[in-house]
Formats: sequence, C-alpha cells, structure tokens
Amino acid sequence: MAQAKTNTEDYLRMYRQMVRIRTFEDNANQLYLSAKMPGLTHMYSGEEAVAVGICEALTDDDRITSTHRGHGHCVAKGAEFKEMFCELLGKAEGYCRGKGGSMHIADQSHGNLGANAIVGGSMGIATGSALRAKLLGQDDVTVCFFGDGATAQGLWYEVMNMAALWSLPVIYACENNGYSEYTKTEEIAAGSITARAEAFGIEAHQVDGQDVLAVNELTQKLVARARKGEGPFFIELMTYRYHGHHVGDINREYYRSKDEEKDWKENRDPIIRFRAHLVSEGIASEEEIEAINAEVEKDASAAVAYAEAAAYPPADEVDMHIYAD
Amino acid sequence: MREITLSQAVNEAIAEEMRRDPSVFLLGEDVAEAGTPFKVLSGLVEEFGTGRVLDTPISEPGFVGMAVGAAMTGARPIVDLMFGDFIYLVMDQLCNQAAKQHYMSGGKLTVPMVLRTNMGATRRSAAQHSQSLQALVAHIPGLKVAMPSSAYEAKGLMKTAIRDNNPVVIFEDKLMYQDKAPVPEEEYLIPFGEAKVKRDGRDITLIGTSSMVQVAEKAAEMLAKEGIEAEVIDPRTIVPLDETTLLESVKKTSRAIVIDEGHQSYGVTAEIASRLNEKAFYHLDAPVLRMGAMDVPVPFSPALEDLTVPTPQGVVENARRLCAGEMIHAA
Repeated sequence: MAQAKTNTEDYLRMYRQMVRIRTFEDNANQLYLSAKMPGLTHMYSGEEAVAVGICEALTDDDRITSTHRGHGHCVAKGAEFKEMFCELLGKAEGYCRGKGGSMHIADQSHGNLGANAIVGGSMGIATGSALRAKLLGQDDVTVCFFGDGATAQGLWYEVMNMAALWSLPVIYACENNGYSEYTKTEEIAAGSITARAEAFGIEAHQVDGQDVLAVNELTQKLVARARKGEGPFFIELMTYRYHGHHVGDINREYYRSKDEEKDWKENRDPIIRFRAHLVSEGIASEEEIEAINAEVEKDASAAVAYAEAAAYPPADEVDMHIYAD
Repeated sequence: MREITLSQAVNEAIAEEMRRDPSVFLLGEDVAEAGTPFKVLSGLVEEFGTGRVLDTPISEPGFVGMAVGAAMTGARPIVDLMFGDFIYLVMDQLCNQAAKQHYMSGGKLTVPMVLRTNMGATRRSAAQHSQSLQALVAHIPGLKVAMPSSAYEAKGLMKTAIRDNNPVVIFEDKLMYQDKAPVPEEEYLIPFGEAKVKRDGRDITLIGTSSMVQVAEKAAEMLAKEGIEAEVIDPRTIVPLDETTLLESVKKTSRAIVIDEGHQSYGVTAEIASRLNEKAFYHLDAPVLRMGAMDVPVPFSPALEDLTVPTPQGVVENARRLCAGEMIHAA
C-alpha cells in the first residue's frame, strides 16, 4: 500500500474511521430492514477508503459537500453517531433536527455542508464555497464529493470551467463505483472521465479508491497545493458499493453479478486491506484491531438505542427554520 | 428631493452595501465592464475591481449554484440573472438548493444571497425575454420575493435584501430602468412585508405589483374623474406579504382588484385575491378580481403583445363594473 500518514496515531484513527463508517452502515441497514427507519437510504459500505483518505487530509475549516450516499462523508468529516442516528430516525436531536434525514444530513460544525439528494446538486455549492474562500482571503479548501453518475450532469462542466478560470481551491472527488444507480457506468459515460476535467486544464488523477493510504497521500498533496492557489483538481477514485443503489435494491443480478460483488468484498475490501497492512507493518496487533472494532460496535449500538428512544421534534417545529432571522 | 432613475437607485444600493460589507460581491453575465445590457451596474467594477464584480460565463445554473455555496459559507453574493426568463435554467439551484438549506439543516445553514433579475413585457422581446415569473419563486417556501415599483423602492428593498439572511429574489421591471423618482441622498432601508398605501380611497382597492402600481395609479386618476375613489396599494414584497394592510383597505372599500404582470392562472393575483376572499369575505360587496397577463406566451408583434398585459383602461373598466354592482354574480 502507499504511504501517507506517518505516525501510529494517524494510522489507527484512519482505520477506526473506516470501521466506524462500515459499522454505521450495517446498523443503518438493519434499522431500515427492520422497518425502524423511515424513508430510503443509500449505503456507503465498500467506499470507506475514499471518504476517510480524503477527509483525513482536511481540517474542520475545510468544507465538503456530500451526496445521497453521504453517511461515509459525514462520519469521516468528524460527525458523531448519536446525532447521525437521531437524524436518520427523524428525531429532534439529529444534526438537522430530523428535518433533513439520511439524504440531507449536514454537520456545519465540522465543515460538512450537507448531503444532497439531487445527483450532482452540490457541485455549484462546493465551487461557490471555494470562490468565497478566494474572495475573502481564507485558506480553506472545499472537496466536492460526487459519484460517476453525476458526471453526466451539465452543472459539473459549468462550475469546472469557472473553477479553472479563477483557480479556485476546490477538489472534485468522483467516487467511481462502477454504477450509475442501476446502470453500468460504461453505458452512461463516453470517453474518459479524467479527460473531461483535463479539457478545462484541470490536473486530474485516478487513484485506487480501496487503498486509503494512496487516497490520503494524493489528497494531502492536492490540498496543500490548492491552499496555495494551485487548484482546482480532479480525482477519480475507483471504488465499489457493496449494497444496491439504495437499501431496497436487493435483487440486482440483472445489472450486477454476485460473483463481481464477491470479488470486490473478498479481494479488495479497503478495511481488510488496511488491517492487514497495519498488522504486517507492526503498527497494531490483531488484538488491538479487534479492540477497536468492538469499541466501535459498542458505540454504534449505544447510539442506535439512544436514537430509538429519543423524542421526535415537537409539532411546532414544522414551520420553524423556513427563514433565518 | 433629487430624482434618480430606477437603474441608478439599484446601482447606488449595491455600491453602498459593498462599501459597508466586504463580504458582499456581484456575479453574473456581463456585470463588470459592460455593467449589464441595461447598464444598471455601470461603474461598480471600477470602484470594487474584478475581484468583487465577477463576469461569469453564460452558465446560469453554475453561477447561481456558486452563489448558494458562497452564501452558505460566509459571503453575501448578489447574482445578476440577465433576464427573468432564465429562472427556468436555475430552478434546481434556487428552489432545491438555496430555498431549502436552512430548513433541511434544522436552521444551521443560511443562504444570504440576492438574485436580482427582471420582468415585464411590451419591450418587443417575444416569449423568452418578456416573462414575469415571480409566481414561480413565490410558490417556494424559503425564498423571499421583492418587486420594486419605483426607484425609491428599488433602492430601499435592494439594501434590505442584501442584509437579509435568506435567499431573496428581486424582480425589476426592465421597462422602468430609466424612470425617475425622488430618492433621498441619506441612507434608508425598506423593511420586507410592509405594503405602502400609494393613494387613499374609499370605493375600491387596487393592489398592484411593480409596474402595475403605475397602472393602478393611472386608473385611480381616471376613476376619480368619474367620482370613484380608488385606494392604491403596493405590497412591495409578495413574500412576505403584508396581509394586514391589504385587509384593512379591503374591509374599508369592500371591493378589490389585484394586478400583476405574471400570467393570471395560478398566479400572484390568484394568491392575493384568495387570501382577501378567505379573510375579508363578509366585508366584500363584490368578488375580488384578478388582472394578470393573458395566459399566452408573450407574442412578438406589438399589435398582439400590447393585448396581453393589464392596462389602466382595463383596470378602470373592471373597477367601474365592480362599483356598479355588475359583477356580483358573474366575475
């Protein structure tokens, strides 16, 4: 694996964050399947190295915009389980007081400007955040997460053009998980995706999105350069989503084989790979890894129990927060 | 008091707010050296530089979306949308993104941005450069909508919009840019949600938005010669709407016509008329009438275009019939 973060503490935090995402999603999936969670949701499982590799290269001042598949970004940017599960269940103590839910979860305190249920819908927001940084002389960087499906939206080309014209500190992070909802990416994307960014003179990279150190190493370099005014940048992260497009997308063999899913899970899982690396490099023992896993599992169970028992927002909040004072 | 044009009033408002607050900036197509096709923004780039007056490519969704992101993170963008008709291009950014951020985040995110654009037909610009689309955005919770009726309102409402912590859409009537009105030299703001009674009357209330205030005022002058005293009210903002002032007037006069240049069906006039019917029904002597633009795409030919918008003569005729009791059973 590539080398990026340089001390044990950083490595273990990255491992823990990936496990936290996977554990969060396993619990969210169970909540949905047991009909305890309203609405619909999209699992990030399998893509953990992308969110963690990138967000570990950012500070709380740096902003991200997220997607409908956004729990991983939210966790990786520093969010807490309790407020996240409360939000997923529509409870008053959720990050958005239950008004956003899974597809709109935002965590302003850590610079997460929010998930977005319109595919590609936050590309303008992310680029505008970078424009604000430049105009106001602030040195934060904004990362715009989106999937391969969103590269078909015209908005991306409009904002890339302006980001390149004005050298904005934005990094477009395309999580290419191979599927645009229920359709193979190769059926919706002509040519090369990196070439599209390059057409605007934007430096583009493709990286193994299952290798958290490779993602982190590249992102650290690009963030540092973006802070110096060398942005924007584009990264295509080759990854895989373990679940269907959304939690209800169970029978999906018509567009994706079980063998393919098995191959990614068994041979390219970002958590298994990083765990093996940590052990083989002597950074952590199997016992320490298991202890982290158990601790995260316990945190998640406690947060789920808390959220299930938590109160819904009072009725008088229904018309609150339409307008700011 | 000095008189300046509506165009100068908008320019002054923006310049004053940009001097006051360094987080305010302008972006849009041809806003810098060109100062927009209507020259409303001329001179601003010379004072504030290209760092704060940004010429964008012709990418309406892109630059409106960027304004949303800039607003969410601490700036106060003023977006210039060259023609109101282009609102269709930016609906996702305006209605799904800007309007909903505050609510969806449980009040944590705010979007203090202004989208200034225009409206108004009879400029011979045909169906895609003449529409008055305020009803589309007024329908969306989370957006505020201001409709200045003169240079005085244009300045005061723009300054309030820039300081507001919500997305505000301002529709300027593009035929009024050269219209002059008294505007004080000293600073003033016009609060949102406060209608202005432009003329007192006891027989009928004429509620007009934007340039339709002038239409109502002209109609009121003509009606006065016939002995009908019309009260003219300018809501100034349609979101929020000053229901109190409108209801007080209608309860006094017992009759009302609502005039707006948007299409009549499902429009601003329908909304206001409906509220008056719901809340002043027992004070009414006649149905509240709507006068919007005809439900047709705006035609190019002057002979046809002039037929599509409310006129003072049309308002007079309807007012006369209402006051004569002719329309009690057949509106």
